[in-house]
Amino acid sequence: MLEHYLSLLVKSIFIENLALAFFLGMCTFLAVSKRVETATGLGIAVIVVQTITVPLNNLIYNYVLKEGALSWLGLADTDLSFLVLISYIGVIAAMVQILEMTLDKYFPALYNALGIFLPLITVNCAILGGSLFMVERDYNFAESVTYGLGTGVGWAIAIMALAAIREKMKYSHVPDGLKGLGITFITVGLIALAFMCFSGIQL
Amino acid sequence: MRPLRYLLDRVGPHFEKGGRLEKLYPVYEVIDTFFYTPGDVTPDPCHVRDAIDFKRMMSAVLVALVPCVVMAMYNTGLQANTAMVSMGIAEVPGWRGAVLGWTGVGYDPGSVLADLIHGALYFIPIYVVCMVVGILWEMLFASVRGHTINEGFFVTGLLFPLTLPATIPLWQVAVGISFGVVLGKEVFGGTGRNFLNPALTARAFLFFAYPAQISGNAVWTAVDGFSGATPLGAVATGGMKAVTGQLSWFEAFLGTMQGSMGETSALACLLGAVMLLVFGVASWRIMVSMVLGALALAGLLYGLGSLTNPMFEMPPHWHLVLGGFAFGLVFMATDPVTAAMTDLGQWIYGLLIGMIVILVRVVNPAFPEGTMLAILFGNTFAPLIDYYVVAANIRRRALRHA
Repeated sequence: MLEHYLSLLVKSIFIENLALAFFLGMCTFLAVSKRVETATGLGIAVIVVQTITVPLNNLIYNYVLKEGALSWLGLADTDLSFLVLISYIGVIAAMVQILEMTLDKYFPALYNALGIFLPLITVNCAILGGSLFMVERDYNFAESVTYGLGTGVGWAIAIMALAAIREKMKYSHVPDGLKGLGITFITVGLIALAFMCFSGIQL
Repeated sequence: MRPLRYLLDRVGPHFEKGGRLEKLYPVYEVIDTFFYTPGDVTPDPCHVRDAIDFKRMMSAVLVALVPCVVMAMYNTGLQANTAMVSMGIAEVPGWRGAVLGWTGVGYDPGSVLADLIHGALYFIPIYVVCMVVGILWEMLFASVRGHTINEGFFVTGLLFPLTLPATIPLWQVAVGISFGVVLGKEVFGGTGRNFLNPALTARAFLFFAYPAQISGNAVWTAVDGFSGATPLGAVATGGMKAVTGQLSWFEAFLGTMQGSMGETSALACLLGAVMLLVFGVASWRIMVSMVLGALALAGLLYGLGSLTNPMFEMPPHWHLVLGGFAFGLVFMATDPVTAAMTDLGQWIYGLLIGMIVILVRVVNPAFPEGTMLAILFGNTFAPLIDYYVVAANIRRRALRHA
């Protein structure tokens, strides 16, 4: 049993890394990876948001939205699954709002460093992607906690690695036409190439 | 050599700033400094004096690679000749057969000379293509961007052919080295500024782009129609007994087995490692920690055992001599540009690579070999490891002096 959750965790961190295997959450991934400190902060924020929203959405899906989910209210044949996207986005937006207020109060430095990108987590496709994968793969509650944590951690290490490489690249001499986003895309592609060592592992 | 110096001095002014061939200065510079010590002196008072400049460092790596190159040619020829004897083929068709017939050394697998020459006929074309294409890219970038061509490429250009199977089509060598040099290195500004090892980037690109020519059973021995798995591939399908029947540990250590040209011989890599350590080019911390990481995880998995996965049966000391582990350990992981810089960082970096190698080999059924990808993975995280090691140092020292 424990083994099952452990392998799900490893799978969601490395093998199916949201940033490097599915290329989700690219906008923030590319924009906030200039400094390791900020990237670490954002990574932690994503871990927190992801670990809370995926299980929360799991509950909402299983007890409200899924076909027949409302049987505990006596509405056995109601199917609200067309509301999946909008309610997930609502949950994510609310979570990010709460997180933003918490950071503003207790970690103002990090709050300022993240700036506009914290509210942007709301539209970070990695976060929504995590919830949608959870539905697609029929995870139960405990699995969705593991999966949320794993995908968050995977995304966080990916952005931290990228940020460290980009900090080191200050000493690089990139052709003018590639400066900025161009070289970052190439870098991300090469990191994804390295991450392919995990593709194919069956757990 | 006098006429050459005279010629270089005569054409020199054309390449200087303002000359007609100003754009081609890097080409002139590389030829000039290849033959002669440059006459430039440092004009400013503050500079580091050290005998080991970049050129010497790269030359040291080239010297350390010599045993691997010799073994690569010998083993390629040995495998081909042995396969020909067992299949009853008298001579190879095409230009290689013509050259071999002209030298008259024959195809006897027992003759070292015959093996060496037969192997060289496979290694040298690959090497030449790799150098020509790579240097063209280097010259193009150097001329347009106005930096000098440096010797880093000579190392990349020798490492890359050694990681390829003997039967690889030459156009793929050209495509691979182009990817490695341009996207792995030059777009970041050239040698010393890349974050992935260019030779491995090229190898990984070929591996994923053309898997049929670089993996599987048919590519390792340069005889048409001969099929034989690498020892790692054989263990993955048939268990440890599939290998121990034909190959002893010592033979695997010597390197007379199937595999990419330069990687089979752990002995040649060991000689290279000694040279690199004596010259002070490679980091012993990375080598030691990578071996420790691999042994630890391999030992753990060997102890755990598995009913379904035959790779678990492989004893830890076999992991060190099979596949590209030794070659990657000595020449790839220790690449000073892409490895971790800090002392503690190098320990972590080595351990990480060693463990991922074993993890990919044993747990990932998609790839029988994991050294290449594990080192690329390590390269990816080296800057992050360094960042946190440095940050921890700063914090500790700040506390000490607070």
